[in-house]
Amino acid sequence: MPDLGFDTLLKGKNFARLLGGLGVALKISLVSVLISIVLGTVLGVLRQRENLLLKAVMKLYLEFIRIMPQLVLLFIVYFGTTRSFGWNLPGETAAVIVFSLWGTAEMSDLVRGALISIPVHQYESAAALGLRKTQTYLYVILPQAVRRLIPLSINLITRMIKTTSLVVMIGVVEILKVAQQIIEANRMSSPNAAFGIYLTVFAMYFLACWPISILAGKLEKRWR
Amino acid sequence: MPETILEISHLRKLYDDLRVFEDLSLTVHEGEVIVIVGPSGCGKSTLLRCINALEDIQGGEIRLRGEPVSKENRNLQSIRQKIGMVFQNYELFPHMTVLDNIMLAPVKAQGRKKEEVREEALDLLKRVGLESKADSYPRQLSGGQKQRTAIVRALCMHPEILLFDEVTAALDPEMVREVLEVILDLANQGKTMLVVTHEMQFARAIADRVIFLDEGRICEEGTPDGFFDEPKTERARKFLNTFTFERKGAKN
Ligand SMILES: Nc1ncnc2c1ncn2[C@@H]1O[C@H](COP(=O)(O)OP(=O)(O)O)[C@@H](O)[C@H]1O
Ligand SMILES: [Mg+2]
Repeated sequence: MPDLGFDTLLKGKNFARLLGGLGVALKISLVSVLISIVLGTVLGVLRQRENLLLKAVMKLYLEFIRIMPQLVLLFIVYFGTTRSFGWNLPGETAAVIVFSLWGTAEMSDLVRGALISIPVHQYESAAALGLRKTQTYLYVILPQAVRRLIPLSINLITRMIKTTSLVVMIGVVEILKVAQQIIEANRMSSPNAAFGIYLTVFAMYFLACWPISILAGKLEKRWR
Repeated sequence: MPETILEISHLRKLYDDLRVFEDLSLTVHEGEVIVIVGPSGCGKSTLLRCINALEDIQGGEIRLRGEPVSKENRNLQSIRQKIGMVFQNYELFPHMTVLDNIMLAPVKAQGRKKEEVREEALDLLKRVGLESKADSYPRQLSGGQKQRTAIVRALCMHPEILLFDEVTAALDPEMVREVLEVILDLANQGKTMLVVTHEMQFARAIADRVIFLDEGRICEEGTPDGFFDEPKTERARKFLNTFTFERKGAKN
C-alpha cells in the first residue's frame, strides 16, 4: 500500500481546518445564491417588460457577465477596484459580489424561461374565471414557475459551490487554500500528502454537492 | 318573452388586418341554447373569446344583462365571473387537484366560504360521476374526465351563461359521449348556453336555435330541424354536406 499521506489529516487540527475551509466556500456560495435568487427573480420579471432602455441595459449586463470568465471578474473587483478607488475590500466580500453578479444573470435567465414556458392559456383560463391579475400570478402562474425553477436553481447552487474554488486566486482562505497550506507545511515529514489531502478535498466537495443534486433530481421528477 | 341575457351589437373584430367580423349582432335570451356551427376559421372561437373580453374588439358592443363587457370596464372581473367558459383543451391548472381547480375562483374571486364551496364542488363532481377524483391531479385523468372537471369548474361559479368551444374536439371518440351528456343535462336544467361544436347529431338534439357562421357574419339561423333538414343558403348546404357520406354508384 503506497503512502497516500492520509496520516497528515490526523495531525493537529488539519481535518477541522479543511472542514472550516469548506465552510468558507459554502458560506460564499449560499450568500451569493440567496442574493442571486432575489435579484434574479426581479430581473427575470423585469425582462418581460417591453421597455427599450431597460432591455438594452439588461442585455449589456447579461452579455458582459456571460463573456467574462469568472476569474477575470474576480480580479477586476478585487484588485482592480481596490487600486482604483482605494478602498479595502475583503476577499470574501469581493467573491460574494462577483458570484452574485454572475448568479443574478443566470437566475434571471431561469426565471424568464420559467415564465415564458407557462402557456398563455393558463393566463386566459384564470382570467375567464374572473381572477384578477395579481391573483392569477399568485395562485396560477408563479406556483407553476417556481416548480420549474427550483430544480434549476439548485443546479446553480452546486455550480456555484464548485466555482468558489477560484477565490483562492484572490487570497481567500477556503478549502483549497487550506489544503495547499497543509501540504506545504508537511512537505518534509510527509512528501506524499498532496494526494491524500486533495482526495479528501474531492470527497468533501462531493459530499456537499451530491445531496443537493439528488434533491434537484427528486423535485424535478415529483413536479413533472 | 324571456329576458335578454347577452346582447352583441354591431361587433367588429380584426386581427391586425385580417377581418373576422364586420358587423355581427346576436341576442341571447335566458334559458336559450344556441349552437354555433361553421367552417374552420370562420370565427367561432373568436366570437366566444370576445364575449368574455379575452379579445379586444374594434367596434360595436357586447352587454351582459345590460352591462358592457370590455377590458375598459373596471368591473370586468365580476362580469367574467358570470360567464362560464370551457375550452377545447380543458385548461385545468396542472399543479392543483381537481377539487382545488374547482374551488380556486369561487373562494378567491367571489370570496365565498371554503366549506360551502367544497360541498357544492363535491356535489357537482358527483353529478358528473367524478366524486372519486376530487383529490386527483389533472395529469391522472382521461381527456373526458378533464373536460367534465372543467365544466364543473365553470358551473361552480354560478354563471349566467356558459360558453363551450368545441369541448369534445380533442377527445377520443369513446369519451365524447360522456361529456356531451353532461352538457345535455345542463340544457335540461334550463341553463343559458352558447355551444360551438362539430357534433351535428348533438347540435340538433341540444339546440333551441342554430347559427351558421361564415365569412364573418351570421349566414343563416333557425330551428335545428329547419337548419339541418332544409338549409336555406347554398353555403349552409355545402357545409352540412361535408358531414354526410355516400358511395356513389354502389347501389345500382
Ligand atoms: N390570435 C390570432 N391572431 C391572428 N389571427 C387569428 C388569431 N386567432 C384567430 N385568428 C384567425 O381568425 C380567424 C378566425 O379564427 P377562429 O375564431 O379560431 O376560427 P374557428 O374557431 O371558427 O375555427 C382565422 O382565420 C384565424 O386564422
Ligand atoms: Mg375554434
